[in-house]
Amino acid sequence: MSIPTPLTVALVGNPNVGKTTLFNQLTGLQQRVANFPGVTVERKSGSLTHSPHIEIVDLPGTYSLTPRSLDEQIAYEVLVGRRGKSPDLVVCVVDAGNLERNLYVVSQVIDIGLRVIIALNMTDAAEENGLIVDVSTLENELCVPVVPMVASKGEGVDHLIEKILNHGDQAQPYRWTLMDAVDAKIPDLTNILTEEAPQVKPEHKRMEVLRALAEDEALDGWRPQSPNFVKRIEELRQEFTDRGVAWKHAEISGRYAWLGQIVNKSVERVRGPATMSDRIDSVLTHKFFGPLLFVIILAGIFQAVFSWATPAMDLIESGVSAIATAIQSVLPPSWATDLLTDGVITGVGNVVVFFPQILLLFFFLGLMEDTGYMARTAFIMDRVMKRVGLSGGSVLPLLSSYACAIPGIMAARTLDSERDRLITIMIAPLMSCSARLPVYTLFIAAFIPAGAFFGILGYQGLTMFSMYIMGTVMAFVAAAILKRFIFKGPDSYFVMELPPYRRPRLRQVFVRMIQRTKVFALRAGKIILGCSIVLWFLASYPKVDSTAEINQAIIEAEQQRDTTLAQALVSNTDVNLNTLNDSVATKDKSLEHQQVIAQQNDQDHQSVIDSLIIIQQSAQIRGSAIGHLGRILEPVMQPLGFDWKISAGLISAFAAREVIISTLSIIYSVEEDEEGVALRDAILADQYPDGRPVFTPLVALSLLVFFVFALQCMSTLAIARRETNTWKWPIVMWLYMTGLAYLASLLVYQGGLFLGFS
Amino acid sequence: MTLQDLQPGESGKILEFESSVRSERLMEMGMLPGVIVKVVRFAPLGDPIDLRVQGYHLSIRRDQAAKIHVSKCES
Ligand SMILES: Nc1nc2c(ncn2[C@@H]2O[C@H](COP(=O)(O)OP(=O)(O)OP(=O)(O)O)[C@@H](O)[C@H]2O)c(=O)[nH]1
Ligand SMILES: [Mg+2]
Repeated sequence: MSIPTPLTVALVGNPNVGKTTLFNQLTGLQQRVANFPGVTVERKSGSLTHSPHIEIVDLPGTYSLTPRSLDEQIAYEVLVGRRGKSPDLVVCVVDAGNLERNLYVVSQVIDIGLRVIIALNMTDAAEENGLIVDVSTLENELCVPVVPMVASKGEGVDHLIEKILNHGDQAQPYRWTLMDAVDAKIPDLTNILTEEAPQVKPEHKRMEVLRALAEDEALDGWRPQSPNFVKRIEELRQEFTDRGVAWKHAEISGRYAWLGQIVNKSVERVRGPATMSDRIDSVLTHKFFGPLLFVIILAGIFQAVFSWATPAMDLIESGVSAIATAIQSVLPPSWATDLLTDGVITGVGNVVVFFPQILLLFFFLGLMEDTGYMARTAFIMDRVMKRVGLSGGSVLPLLSSYACAIPGIMAARTLDSERDRLITIMIAPLMSCSARLPVYTLFIAAFIPAGAFFGILGYQGLTMFSMYIMGTVMAFVAAAILKRFIFKGPDSYFVMELPPYRRPRLRQVFVRMIQRTKVFALRAGKIILGCSIVLWFLASYPKVDSTAEINQAIIEAEQQRDTTLAQALVSNTDVNLNTLNDSVATKDKSLEHQQVIAQQNDQDHQSVIDSLIIIQQSAQIRGSAIGHLGRILEPVMQPLGFDWKISAGLISAFAAREVIISTLSIIYSVEEDEEGVALRDAILADQYPDGRPVFTPLVALSLLVFFVFALQCMSTLAIARRETNTWKWPIVMWLYMTGLAYLASLLVYQGGLFLGFS
Repeated sequence: MTLQDLQPGESGKILEFESSVRSERLMEMGMLPGVIVKVVRFAPLGDPIDLRVQGYHLSIRRDQAAKIHVSKCES
């Protein structure tokens, strides 16, 4: 048996032709697939199932080997060997329904001397559109193997693998004709290039010459190193212009002329194209119904996310508290048990409660992506984006930021203007991501009544929708400001392919939903688990010794049975009597109080003592490390309506937004000394020492607004650093968003107070 | 006349591109002189345009379309 030689196979082709679908079939992996151009934005690799020596590389889609955006640049660099070795074999994935345009980049790949196999994909859709491709004619014309397939159903994949394993020779490059006037000049230019830039591989020379001739950017790239080459090309351009030679499009026209003939010979139209997709479009992008449906769809999604998830959330909530209670009853009381129940289970569990909502959100986003509606939103929104200086191309990264800003920021790579890309990165974190969802839900469920307008438009869902709108509108405003003052320049272009609508593949949507949730859970899980443990220690230590004060207070209260102190305490705490009695009975530290209670049956006395326990417990939490931290911040946060607990929560949320849920629940559970109190109820019950509620609807609103705008996510900063290659933009981003959050909350709270709300 | 002057449902044959429009990408995507394009519809806010070229849908803005000269095809 011969030792298998390692082989690298790259998947190349236009955007949205099924490269990743095929990649997943070949490798058994689950990379992201969706029905709009520009889904894959980085190089992904995996090995062919059962053949570990064959590496399959998935690449971003590209229309040509003249990259015009960052994602295309990556595909280009891999192909020409600027990112490691050039691939040994290229599988060019083409859409059988649109051969001419798809073969353009294939002909370029053949020309730079790469071995090519054509995967003729989407033959099912082509047939529906009345197109039949004659595979053998195509093979003969192009002189490369052609494998017809339906990647989404796995048809033809085995045949392709066979061809990969027995790949033949390389096809002869440059079989198309370049116009004579230009062709005549190529040898001369190639020679100059060889002298000035000996590092250019022989098989790339002709491509480089043609590119430098046609494109100013390409030409500028040669300026420092190859002045004579540049000079010669500039002279030639002038000469051609004088002679009336269409030099700019020489290559493109030459290739298309050749491809046109090939396609004429090998494609047969048996029937007119299907019209389903057009009919759907005439509704979804209708002048009037289009935008209306867009808003209805989005509002519907948030409504559904809010209401459909409730049963599952309730279930998880009771599950979590049951677990905490069970552990507490099984394990001996110790600090470790407290850490487990009050810290880990409370902290993590309270976030897990929100997973059903996150799943639903991901499901709907996946549905939009898979049907092709996502691309239409770019089409509908381009006009609006133009107003703020961007283009419809930014809509896709922004919409995917509703799930998470990180893929959103990466998706900005598809934009062909670097300025647009930077602006999009800077505003993407203003789109409400799934990590804000738990925070929104918690406070909306606590403070917004459950009713509905006309029985369908739930108040809670609408409030949530308005949070998303608020973030989105602010993103537009920020874009306009950035464009006007920082990234000045002319308007962007908008050139986008609109894919046909496709029936969503539910399996695909589900797989994607689970995957996104897993990523979310793993990231959040690590941060939340870590934070919860740290937070529990911060909330429980240092131990405050308040015995002396309490004893003192008991004596005083005894002495002045009817004094005002006692009465004040009594009136404050009547409500808590029962719960406190229970906890008193179970806790060591209340032993002495129990004795006191036993001695004195007087009701007043009991209340006095109960209130003393409250004093002791809140002294503990206030005296803990987190209490100190929170109270340092309190003066700064007071104007926004936040007490020290919320302030502490906000600070912890800068690690990741969901952590505020953990912080609040840990603070409350350490303080309450009781398991299983729903966080929502604890929030509603919390009071200042003078009896005012800590959370009022106005405070909740102020907090929500803070979360809409604040950039509280380390991962976003890290990814922005990677994508912009400098710390400058992430820092600017953090400062402007945090500043915005503070000001907006200040405005809401102070404005609310001024208007007489409390 | 330019591509911008065509109404939804009308088709035109591309004659030439004004030099100020970034025509290379459009040409790479199959919008070459001599090719017939059909205006399918305008976006709800009037811009951009949904075109049908070479059997697929391509969307570009009106101000870009205004720089592409066409001759109208009678259908
Ligand atoms: N009808 C049909 N649809 C397919 C086929 N292969 C893939 N698709 C669908 O085409 C769409 C695009 O698939 P992807 O695999 O994401 O395409 P891609 O080439 O990786 O796209 P980019 O990463 O954006 O370049 C998805 O909606 C797929 O479900 C096929 O053979 N037939
Ligand atoms: Mg892909």
